Amino acid sequence: MDWTLLTVQLLNGLQFGILLFLLASGLTLIFGIMDFVNLAHGSLYMVGAFFCATLTQWLDSFWLGLLLALPATAVVGILVELIVVRHLYERDHLDHVLATFGLILVFDTLTQMIWGPDGQVIPLPAWLDGQISLGDAIEVPTYRVAIILIGLAVAFGLFILVTQTRLGMQIRAGASNRKMVSALGVNIGLLFSIVFVIGAVLAGLAGMMIGPITEASIGMGNQIIIVAFVVIVIGGIGSIKGAFIAAILVGLIDIMGRSYLDVLFKMFMSAQNAETSAPAVSAMLIYILMAVILAVRPSGLFGPRGR
Amino acid sequence: MMMSRLLKYFVLSLGLVATSAFADNVRIGFVTTLTTPAGAMGRDMVDAANIALDHIGHKMGGKAVEFIVEDDGFKPEIGKQKTDKLVKQDDVHFVTGFIWSHVLLASRKSALDGGKFLISANAGPSPLAGKLCHKNFFSSSWQNDQNPMATGEVLNKKGVKKLYIMSPNYAAGKNMVAGVERTFKGEIVGKDMTKWGKDMQLDFSAELAKAKVSGADAIFVFYPGPAGPAFIKQYDQAGLRGKIPLYTVFTVDALSLARLQKAKLGGVLGSWNTMFWAPDLDNATNKRFVADFKAKTGRYPTHYAAQSYDAIMLIKSGVDAVNGDTSNQDGIRAGMLKADFPSVRGKYRYGSNHFPIQNFYLRTVKEDANGDWFVSHVSTVLSDHQDSYHGQCKL
Amino acid sequence: MKSLTLRGWVTLIGLVVLALLPVFINRQLPLTILQQWPWLGGHFDFVTFLTGQEFYLVLATRLVILAIAAVSLNLILGYGRMISFGHAAYLGIGAYAVGIPAYYEIYNGFIHIGIAVVVSAAFAFLTGLVCLRTRGVNFIMITMAFSMMVFFAFVSIEEYGGDDGLVIEVRSEFGQWVNLENDTVLYYVCFVSLLGILYLIRRIVHSRFGMVIQGARGNEGRMQSLGFDTFRYRLVCYVIAGALCGYAGALLGNFTSFISPEMMDWTRSGELIFMVVLGGTSSLFGPVLGASLFILLEEILSGFWLYWQLIFGIFLILVVLFAKGGIDSWLGRRPER
Repeated sequence: MDWTLLTVQLLNGLQFGILLFLLASGLTLIFGIMDFVNLAHGSLYMVGAFFCATLTQWLDSFWLGLLLALPATAVVGILVELIVVRHLYERDHLDHVLATFGLILVFDTLTQMIWGPDGQVIPLPAWLDGQISLGDAIEVPTYRVAIILIGLAVAFGLFILVTQTRLGMQIRAGASNRKMVSALGVNIGLLFSIVFVIGAVLAGLAGMMIGPITEASIGMGNQIIIVAFVVIVIGGIGSIKGAFIAAILVGLIDIMGRSYLDVLFKMFMSAQNAETSAPAVSAMLIYILMAVILAVRPSGLFGPRGR
Repeated sequence: MMMSRLLKYFVLSLGLVATSAFADNVRIGFVTTLTTPAGAMGRDMVDAANIALDHIGHKMGGKAVEFIVEDDGFKPEIGKQKTDKLVKQDDVHFVTGFIWSHVLLASRKSALDGGKFLISANAGPSPLAGKLCHKNFFSSSWQNDQNPMATGEVLNKKGVKKLYIMSPNYAAGKNMVAGVERTFKGEIVGKDMTKWGKDMQLDFSAELAKAKVSGADAIFVFYPGPAGPAFIKQYDQAGLRGKIPLYTVFTVDALSLARLQKAKLGGVLGSWNTMFWAPDLDNATNKRFVADFKAKTGRYPTHYAAQSYDAIMLIKSGVDAVNGDTSNQDGIRAGMLKADFPSVRGKYRYGSNHFPIQNFYLRTVKEDANGDWFVSHVSTVLSDHQDSYHGQCKL
Repeated sequence: MKSLTLRGWVTLIGLVVLALLPVFINRQLPLTILQQWPWLGGHFDFVTFLTGQEFYLVLATRLVILAIAAVSLNLILGYGRMISFGHAAYLGIGAYAVGIPAYYEIYNGFIHIGIAVVVSAAFAFLTGLVCLRTRGVNFIMITMAFSMMVFFAFVSIEEYGGDDGLVIEVRSEFGQWVNLENDTVLYYVCFVSLLGILYLIRRIVHSRFGMVIQGARGNEGRMQSLGFDTFRYRLVCYVIAGALCGYAGALLGNFTSFISPEMMDWTRSGELIFMVVLGGTSSLFGPVLGASLFILLEEILSGFWLYWQLIFGIFLILVVLFAKGGIDSWLGRRPER
C-alpha cells in the first residue's frame, strides 16, 4: 500500500466531493422547499463557468472575474425563475423534468452561439497554479486545496444561514411544511425566488471553481447534474447535512474507484479488459450505492420521514 | 377543408428538406462535429474544405460541386443517421469528413452498402485498414496506430525506459495505445483509459496522482480536441512539468495551443510531438493552404484542416480522371489510388488498403513572428511508413 | 354508426398515411391518382417529390419504432403515473439482444426477439421490485440510476464494443418470407407491431387489471382498501411496459444496424417522456402523435439551422407551460386531472 498516493487520492476525493456539494446544496434546497425538480441546475453551473472565463480574460484577474461572475449568474438565475420556473411550482414533477430539459437545450445552444464551440480557459494567478507540499512526500496542486477551503467556507456559511437566521428558519419550515409557512404570512413567492437564486449562485460558483481545471465547455453540467441528483437523493431531499455527507461520500467513491479498481480487476481478468471496464464500473458504483440506500431507506439518509 | 390545408402544410414542410438530388453535378457529403465542445474541430475541417473548393473554383471534372455539411453531434448513432440521409436523400457521390473513429465505424455500412465512396478525413480505426477494408473506402489522413508508432520511436531515442500511458477509452484511443506499445521498447508502468464521448472525463486528478508515483520517466497521452488543453493544464498544475516529460499525439495542435496561450501555460513551448504534417512543412501547396487559411480564419490550421483540404483534392483527382462521369466508379477509384494531386504533406502513395504510405515528422511548439504559438517541423522520424494492418486486408 | 371526432379522424388519417407511405415511395400509381385531387394537385408535383425518396421510409421507420417505445412508456407513465426516467435502457437492452447474438453469428430473429423481451421483462421485474417501493421524485431518480447502470455496464464490456458500440452486419432472419434486409419489409414489420401493441394496450387498459392500475394512480389507498395488492399490479404493469420497449429496442437495433450505449443515455429517456407528454398522456394514440411530431420537428429543424436545438428547447418549454394535455387535448380531448 502506497500511503502517499492514498492520502493524495483522499484529498482529490474530498475536493470532488466539495464541488458536488456546491452543486447539490442548491439543488436540495430548491427541491426540498419548492418540490421542484431542476435539471437545468447544471446549466447554471456552465453559465457560471463561462461568465467567469470571459470576465477573467477581460479583467486579467481571476478573483475579480469570480466576484463579478457571481452576481451575473444570479441575474441569469432570476431571469430563469421569472420566465419559466415560477409558473411550474404548482405543476407535477413530470412538467418540471420536461421544462428544465428544454432549458438545458436552450442554454447549451445559446452558449455555443455566444461563445462558439471552443472551451474557454480561466487563467489562474501564478501562486494558485503551483503545488503545496504537505509533509515530505506529499505534494498537491494549490488550486485544488483552494477549492476545498472555499467549499468548506461556503458550507459553513450555508449552515449558519439555515440554522441561525430568520431566512433560514423560513427555509427549514418551508422544507418540512410548505402550507403552514404560507398560512403564517410568509411571502412564499419571494422566499421561493430567493432560494432559487441562492441555488443558482451556488451552482455558478461550482462551475467557476472547476473552470480553471477543466475549462468552461458546452454541456459541462449535463453529466455532473445527474451525479448531483444522486447525491441529494442519497442524502435525503431537502437536507443540507445529508447533501454534504453524501457529496463527500460520492466524491471519495468516484476517485477511489478510478484509482484502485483497475488494480483490483487485474487480479481476476486480463489487463486489457480491466483497463476498459474499471472506469465504467467505478462510474456505476455511485448508482449502485444510491439503489442500495433507497432500497433500505426510501427517503435517503437524512430525508424527512413520510414524504 | 381545414384538414386539407393542414396536410398541405405538412407536405410542403417536408418538401423544404428535399434537395435537388437529380441535378448533374458532383455531390459531396461531409459528416463532422459542429456542436458540443468538439465543434471547433469540425469548424476547422469545414473551413479547410471550403478553401479547397475555392482553390479549385468549385469544379471537379468540369462539373459544379455541391457540398453538403452534416453535424454528427459527437455521437455514432447520429453520424450514421446523417450518413443515411446523405446517401438516400441527397444521393451524394462521396461521403467524407469523420473526426471520430467510432462515428466512422458506425457509418461505414450505410455509405458503402449504398454504393458511395467513403473517405475519412481524420479517423483511421484499425478494422478499416484490415479486415473491414473496402474498395470504395479511402483515407486522406493516417491509420490510428501510425502516429503513436512514430512517438514510440522518439521515446526510444530519448532513452525513456518506463512509460505511463493515458488515453480516452474509445476505438481510436485503443489504437493509439496499441501503436505506441508496438514500437516502444521499455516498460509500461501504468495505463488509464478514461471516459470519452459527449460527456467525457475532463478532470484527471486521480490519474495524474497515480502517474506521479508510478516511477515513470515519461507520460504518453492521446487527448484530442477539447480534452487536450484541460489535460495539459492539469499536468502543469500537478507539478509534473520538469519532472516527468510529456509526449503527446493529436493533443497539441493549433486549437489547443490557442487556448493554452490564453491560459499563459508557457510550459508547452518546446514540447515534442509527432505528425505526418506541420503548418511550416516546406512545399508550395502547403504554403498556399496555410496562408489562405490564416487569412480567412485568423487561425493556424490544424491537421484536421490539412486532411480535409487533401480529402477534397483527392476526390477532385478521382473525378478529374473520369472527366466528371460520376457513374464510372472504377475510373474514379483508379484515379484516387494514384494519389496524384498536390497534397499539403507533399507526395505520398496508397497501400493496398487505401491508407496513405507517408512520412511522420517530429514537431516542436514554437512562437512565430507575431507571438502566436504553433507546432513546427523538426525532423523525419519514419519514412514511407505503412500501417500494420494492411496484411489483413484482402484487396 | 357513430360519427368520428376530430381525434378519431387524425388517428385514422395518421394510420392510413403510415400504412401507405411505402406504396407512395415505391410506386407511382397512387400518386398520379392523388394528383387529380383539386386541392393538392395544382400546387405540388407529388410524383417527383416522393417517389424514390427512400430516405422518407428510413425516417418513417424510426418514427414508428420510437412510437412503439413511447406507447410502452405511456402504459406506466400515463395510465399508471409511474414517471420512469430510465425507459431508454430497454431500448438498449433490446438492441443489444440483436447485436450480441449477431456478433456470435446467431441471426435467428425469433431468438433475438425472445431474448429482447425476456431480458427486458426480467430487468423490469428486478428493478421494479426496488423502484416501486419509492414514490415521487425518488422513483424518477432510481429508474434513471438503473438505466445508468445498464449504460455503464455496456460501456465496460470491451468484447461488445464498449463505448464505440457494435455494428450489426446482418439483420434478424425470420425465414424466407420476411426479409428485413428489405427496408419496406422492415417498415411493415414495425408498423404491424405498432398496430398490434396499440391493440394490446387498449385491451389492457380496458381490462380489470387496467382499471386497477388507473385507480391506483388517482388514489392508491382506496384501491388497497378495496383489497387490491397495488404493488403487484404496478409491478406487472411495469414489466409489461419494459418488455414492450425491449421489443421496440430489437426493432431499433435492426433498423440502425448499429448499437451503442449512447442509446441508453438519460437524455434519450427524457426524449421518450417528451414524446409521450407532447402527444398526450394516458391516451392510446397520443404517444404516436407525439413521436411523429418530435421526429418531424427534429428532422425539419436540424436541416435548417445548426442551432435548431434552441428552437426545440423553447418549443418544449412552451408545450409544458401552455399546452397541458398535449396534441391530444388540442384535438378536443378533455384534459383529466
